[in-house]
Amino acid sequence: MEEITSLMNGFVVVLTPYNLGLMMVGIILGVLIGVLPGLGGANGVAILLPLTFSMNPTSAIIMLSCLYWGALFGGAITSILFNIPGEPWSVATTFDGYPMAQQGRAGEALTAAFTSSFIGALVAVLMITFTAPLVARFALKFGPPEYFAVYLLTFCSFVGMSKGSPFKTVTAMMLGFALAAVGLDTVTGQLRMTFGFTELLKGFDFLIAVIGLFGIGEILLTIEEGLAFKGAEGKIKMRVVLDTWKQLPKYWKTSIRSSLIGCWMGITPGGATPASFMGYGVAKSMSPHGANFGKGEVEGVIAPETAAHAAGTAALLPMLTLGIPGSPTAAVLLGGLLIWGLQPGPLLFQEQKDFVWGLIASMYLGNIAGLIVVLTTVPFFAAILRIPFSIVAPVILVICAIGAFTVHGSMFDVWLMVIFGVVGYIFKKLDYPLAPLVLALVLGDRAEDAFRQSMLMSQGTISIFFANGLVASITTLALIMLFWAPLRAGMAKLRGR
Amino acid sequence: MEAPEEKSAASLKVVDAVTAVIIFIFGVVVIWDSWRLGSKWGSDGPEAGYFPFYIGLILCISSAVNFYGALKNKTGESFVSTSSLRMIMAVMIPTVVYVGLIGGVGPVPALGIYVASAIFIALFMKWLGKYAWQITIGVSVGVPVVFFLLFEIWFKVPLPKGPLEAVLGLN
Repeated sequence: MEEITSLMNGFVVVLTPYNLGLMMVGIILGVLIGVLPGLGGANGVAILLPLTFSMNPTSAIIMLSCLYWGALFGGAITSILFNIPGEPWSVATTFDGYPMAQQGRAGEALTAAFTSSFIGALVAVLMITFTAPLVARFALKFGPPEYFAVYLLTFCSFVGMSKGSPFKTVTAMMLGFALAAVGLDTVTGQLRMTFGFTELLKGFDFLIAVIGLFGIGEILLTIEEGLAFKGAEGKIKMRVVLDTWKQLPKYWKTSIRSSLIGCWMGITPGGATPASFMGYGVAKSMSPHGANFGKGEVEGVIAPETAAHAAGTAALLPMLTLGIPGSPTAAVLLGGLLIWGLQPGPLLFQEQKDFVWGLIASMYLGNIAGLIVVLTTVPFFAAILRIPFSIVAPVILVICAIGAFTVHGSMFDVWLMVIFGVVGYIFKKLDYPLAPLVLALVLGDRAEDAFRQSMLMSQGTISIFFANGLVASITTLALIMLFWAPLRAGMAKLRGR
Repeated sequence: MEAPEEKSAASLKVVDAVTAVIIFIFGVVVIWDSWRLGSKWGSDGPEAGYFPFYIGLILCISSAVNFYGALKNKTGESFVSTSSLRMIMAVMIPTVVYVGLIGGVGPVPALGIYVASAIFIALFMKWLGKYAWQITIGVSVGVPVVFFLLFEIWFKVPLPKGPLEAVLGLN
């Protein structure tokens, strides 16, 4: 059991007062970010990333990943108490969580949400602990064509899994790739799409895009809805926690189902948001209490929360092993790796053992600490939500501006952030998905490099993506994902005949 | 959620179609620039515009489909109501002025991020929140001071500063 030994070493790395302190800071900031509109996992990590440039990478990733767990936990608080999803992945939690709060069962709903988040995360971390080293070892054999095929699979999955128009998903994705291409081309040394603007030489930084698209865009949407926070009382008594815990084992089937859905959606880049909806939908159709869903059924809180947290955690598996993030937040963390001077990919598991296993160990501890923090501090965070929006909004805008400035110390980036904010608002309202855009912006250069190298290997013939069994099966899977919607429609028609 | 009788500032159909056209133009720009750089197979392998050329092409095709989809939309839904648009503008215009004040643009003087933030928060609270002066000044001065301590002192990350910091000798 090599993994267990490595994991124990990881715990040794994490269990220093400094790292434990950062873990707590990360979680508390994360819950705060999850609760506040306009600040979420992705842009919260993006804003804090520049502050970690000088930190030791292991400590930095522990803090930032704990921020992410905190944000995952925090989203549930606003959904249940205020019927306002603080994060997109907690929309499904409002369906049953808010009715429960209205019936005076807020404590029960919150306990169920936090506990099932924890369980979902735990399942995903266990999965990462035991499969990540295998995946990494397997991926060592990958050459450029295999990598490009995996990128292709990542992006095709977005198209196949998209809820809205697949063409809008493709458009958003291609915009990301096009923006990633701007600037100096590292292979030929030529300038692409700079049109004589020196500011564009270094290209578009995805951190700016994330802060603008998710931060400013979200604020504009919130303002339009004319928010008035009127929420239920958010106190959790110890007795309620224990009573709820006694009930939870009854729903083990739902938990397992949602954990599996979450793990799967996290690895393939579906992300936490679709996972939560899928978890809810599946539980609704399979549960004996399905008809009561939407009226305040505990199971309706457990299902989406487990799936969302499992997906959010599982998204780190492809990021660590292949260097391909499964969610926008994982993408930002990946950007962090590059900034700290680490090369993401399978070699990370061999060359940076302390970093990888420290991170995995911190996932265990971070989620335990997170559960304790949220169970004890809900009233405090609920009070923050009662601060009127006309104070919160400008402060968040100031934080976004500071965050954008600190990335490169350039005012141009702050202006870009404002523009990305307006684009984010318009895109959200027109159903253009933002996650593929961000992922394409992050992965654009690497996908292009893999493509170019493959083309060089094959002297320009596309057949290299079918050259051996491995790359051919990944490419085929990618194409199936790309045409998933028409394929499924076709199969349904055949069956109907 | 807006009531149906609210006046619409722009229909969903028009905004959707215009967005598709803008993205299409962007795609054409990408293709044009890739073609300028060389989008074919050079003597030493793919040229600089090889990959972006196809990106631009897919962008044009997919936005053309989106444009067609927008035109087919017959629901007459509203993209944004006039009252919402007014709210958005009430936030966007101060934000743009705020960013301008940080670094200074044209006639707008550069005040640095801390002073600009104080003015921005105060304006927001007074204008949109209608708070009493005491609270407004407390929050709008307190928040930048906290950020100053956090960034300049603790993390040693320098943010843009203006004449006030120069006078106080904090640069």
